[in-house]
Amino acid sequence: MKNQNFAPAMKEHFQKLTDEGLADLKGNEAAVFNLEAENSFFLRLNANKVRQNTHIEQIILALRLQKDGKTMSIARTLSGNLEQDKRAVQAMLAEGRKDSESLPVDPLQMPLENNGTSSSEFKGRMLSPEDAIQSITDSAEGTDLAGLYCSGPVISANRNSAGQNHWFSTESFFMDYSLYNGEKAAKAVYAGSDWNSDEWKTNLNRAKNQLSLLSRPTQNIKLGQYRTYLAPGAVSEILSTMSWGGLSASAWKQGQSPFRKLAEGERKLSPKFSLRENFGLGLTPAFNGLGEVSEKIVSLIENGEFRQFLTSSRTAKEFSLKSNAASESEGMRSPEILPGSLEEKDILKALGTGLYLSNLHYLNWSDPNAARITGMTRYACFWVENGEIAGPIKDLRFDESLYDAFGDKLMDLTLGSEVDPAVMTYGARSLGGKKAPGMIINDWTFTL
Amino acid sequence: MLDIASMTTASFSPEKLLKKSRNGAEYVGLRYVREKTTTRAIRNDQVEQNHSLLDEGVMIEVLANGHFGYAATADLSEDGLERALDVALRETQKASARKAFSFSAAQRPVAVGKFSSPRKTALDQASLAEIVASLTGATKTMKLSDQIVNRLAMAMMVETTIEHFSSTGSSASQDFDIVNLHFAATAANGGEMQTRTLNGGFARSLQIGAEVFNRDLFAREGEKIAQEALELLKSENCPEETLDLILMPDQMMLQIHESIGHPLELDRILGDERNYAGWSFVKPEDFGQLQYGSKLMNVSFDPTREHEIASYIFDDGGTPAKKESLIKDGLLVRGLGSLESQARLNVPGVANFRSASWNRAPIDRMANINLEPGTQSLEELIASVEDGVLMHSNRSWSIDDYRNKFQFGCELGQRIKNGKVVGLVKNPNYRGTTVSFWNKLAGVGRQETVQTFGTPYCGKGEPNQVIRVGHASPPCLFRGVEVFGGQS
Repeated sequence: MKNQNFAPAMKEHFQKLTDEGLADLKGNEAAVFNLEAENSFFLRLNANKVRQNTHIEQIILALRLQKDGKTMSIARTLSGNLEQDKRAVQAMLAEGRKDSESLPVDPLQMPLENNGTSSSEFKGRMLSPEDAIQSITDSAEGTDLAGLYCSGPVISANRNSAGQNHWFSTESFFMDYSLYNGEKAAKAVYAGSDWNSDEWKTNLNRAKNQLSLLSRPTQNIKLGQYRTYLAPGAVSEILSTMSWGGLSASAWKQGQSPFRKLAEGERKLSPKFSLRENFGLGLTPAFNGLGEVSEKIVSLIENGEFRQFLTSSRTAKEFSLKSNAASESEGMRSPEILPGSLEEKDILKALGTGLYLSNLHYLNWSDPNAARITGMTRYACFWVENGEIAGPIKDLRFDESLYDAFGDKLMDLTLGSEVDPAVMTYGARSLGGKKAPGMIINDWTFTL
Repeated sequence: MLDIASMTTASFSPEKLLKKSRNGAEYVGLRYVREKTTTRAIRNDQVEQNHSLLDEGVMIEVLANGHFGYAATADLSEDGLERALDVALRETQKASARKAFSFSAAQRPVAVGKFSSPRKTALDQASLAEIVASLTGATKTMKLSDQIVNRLAMAMMVETTIEHFSSTGSSASQDFDIVNLHFAATAANGGEMQTRTLNGGFARSLQIGAEVFNRDLFAREGEKIAQEALELLKSENCPEETLDLILMPDQMMLQIHESIGHPLELDRILGDERNYAGWSFVKPEDFGQLQYGSKLMNVSFDPTREHEIASYIFDDGGTPAKKESLIKDGLLVRGLGSLESQARLNVPGVANFRSASWNRAPIDRMANINLEPGTQSLEELIASVEDGVLMHSNRSWSIDDYRNKFQFGCELGQRIKNGKVVGLVKNPNYRGTTVSFWNKLAGVGRQETVQTFGTPYCGKGEPNQVIRVGHASPPCLFRGVEVFGGQS
């Protein structure tokens, strides 16, 4: 299928397949079908040259079959050929029915509901693969650019036997890249639905300018605690780690949440800190794998006080909680930290003397009971003296409790926020993104 | 030629596609992957997850104007494969004008052969009822007290077929049965939580069949980790000071993976990964020169080790897989790079051109990276420590993008004083820098102490890929390491 026909063709394909699959259900069965599909062009670059080009067309259909109180999930890659894929759906139903004979009852199974019908279709303007190669490498000529360009339609759809039917398709691209000067590097992402050469060049020039700042003399920083500015890209990395069991009701009830003390009133964060899911950003569909539709705004932490964990209907049933239509994994899908009042022009002045960190790398919980995380500085990170950038630093390791960093140590948040679009492509292209401001934090702890 | 049609949902002929002439294609390869992944999970004695995924498709690879490019499709009809080949060729010809390096078909040797991973009972013959019963038995024995707040037993079974054909005559078939096990018991008391698992999350990952499901063994192991989680609740925090450190094989796997495997990947050294996973502190001139660790350090790439998760006979470029020494007596001698990377960098490499599935192009990956045994028993290693900590099972991992500064945490620590284990410590962590750390290696367990672990979740590449890697190691002793515990 050609890129421009992919989404409409898939929509018809999905409806026909699920028409048949749902019609085949017996009286004691209920089912949800989920479709994830993409037609993607990937261009991997190193030294502003093409390392690998890959074109991928993939369609994955997942069935959740509920039968006699038992739950079976069966997924298959589809061919795109209707007759063949109809046989695949029959095979999926047969597999689910066979497994149900040997499985115990699922006590947390919820009856399927009709959560409505929706259709969101976002058309875009993609470069052809050959134009993308030329546009990117011509603009970046003379630079040492490494990164990934990706473009094409992505689809997420859901339909169940109770009558709900949701469709989300978008044509989008991202150029996730770094520019290098020896071992010094600046990071950037250009993403959207309509490739605009002027916007791309502006994005590239901003990265070049940041790289030029790295040519100043490298500063040797002793380990210890420093006032630190985390740019939106660095805050976004922390948000990713927080999503890793941090705000899941299931993780909390299973003794795994680093924010247990926050949820149970033993700790509070700064009144300046508010975190929410905001599906109004339009980055990802508001429906989950069961087709349940989230509220547009789900407040998680408001002015430093706990409001709610992300709670799936399964977790809600197990622990007698209220579901907020979270995904099964209860990770954040469209998180947003609310901004503060610090204007961009005042960041260095407010920081005074300390560290300016554009990006962080490889974060992990180092002491979950204390919500402590460790990680590394990466890319354009600077030592700032009296409100002036003195020069780049060598990479430093930090180890800091988020109760402290987002609590008493949080000095200010910037007025402006940035959207960090999802660029993960494990198995399939991700939808979604994160929106975060910058933050100034006192006494951020560097250990190695 | 293998009867590939009998294994697919659509019949197709690789010969037909590969014999068709394509102007401009210097080489055409076809890699078919069919993988069935079945996940069964029991939590608190009740069913938590039953999931299966059948993933099947073909990656077409072409060489045009000295540049390799790819197109992937799950449409296995003749038309579907033809279209994918046309797309691959058209886009690769365009991309070749800006290619990073000029390759030839020499980077795709002819591969002919068959491989099946060792198994007594094939996974497709496994009894679902038996799997559920053995996992449920494990969670039941974890329930030692009301302080055990969560009990999980999970098995992920993978049946994979990879077929590789090429216009130069390759015809290779490899079948794998893999089981990844994960048990976890969480104990809580007030605000304190401690979790023990089977050697760390999914570390029990092996090429093996359904014989791995053993009710008695699972029950014993479930009880053991629950008991340890309870004991950790009562333990002191790991001290914060510089001490001798013994790492058990289930933490050595992570130490090897992050601070040896990744920095030795030649595509990282070449900069392909700079925008995502990172670069490497290792320079091309370090091979044959860099004293990576102490003389006791011997590290191998070994895709031939039976039952280890990443054993195979050919990589995805058709290179025959064999055991190679990477670090010999502490000296760095060889990198982890495919024929493509070896041509680009002119340093020795291995057969590690691997992809996550049909929908990703191969890149340099680890396979099985193992630390060779030394001469000491575990008791002798412990006896040689005056003041130290022994750590089990990875819990937390973080390392910089050059693979230098790391900080790793474990589930369980044991305090050693005057050559004897004197009790447990909780929240054990340690940090260091790679070459300095490995040069502190002062003791290596002997053959009988070696254990084999693996992970299905090594992430790398653009577009991103997760791949299975194995690590076998004895326990090892390091002198003078910065260790520390938790705040609580």
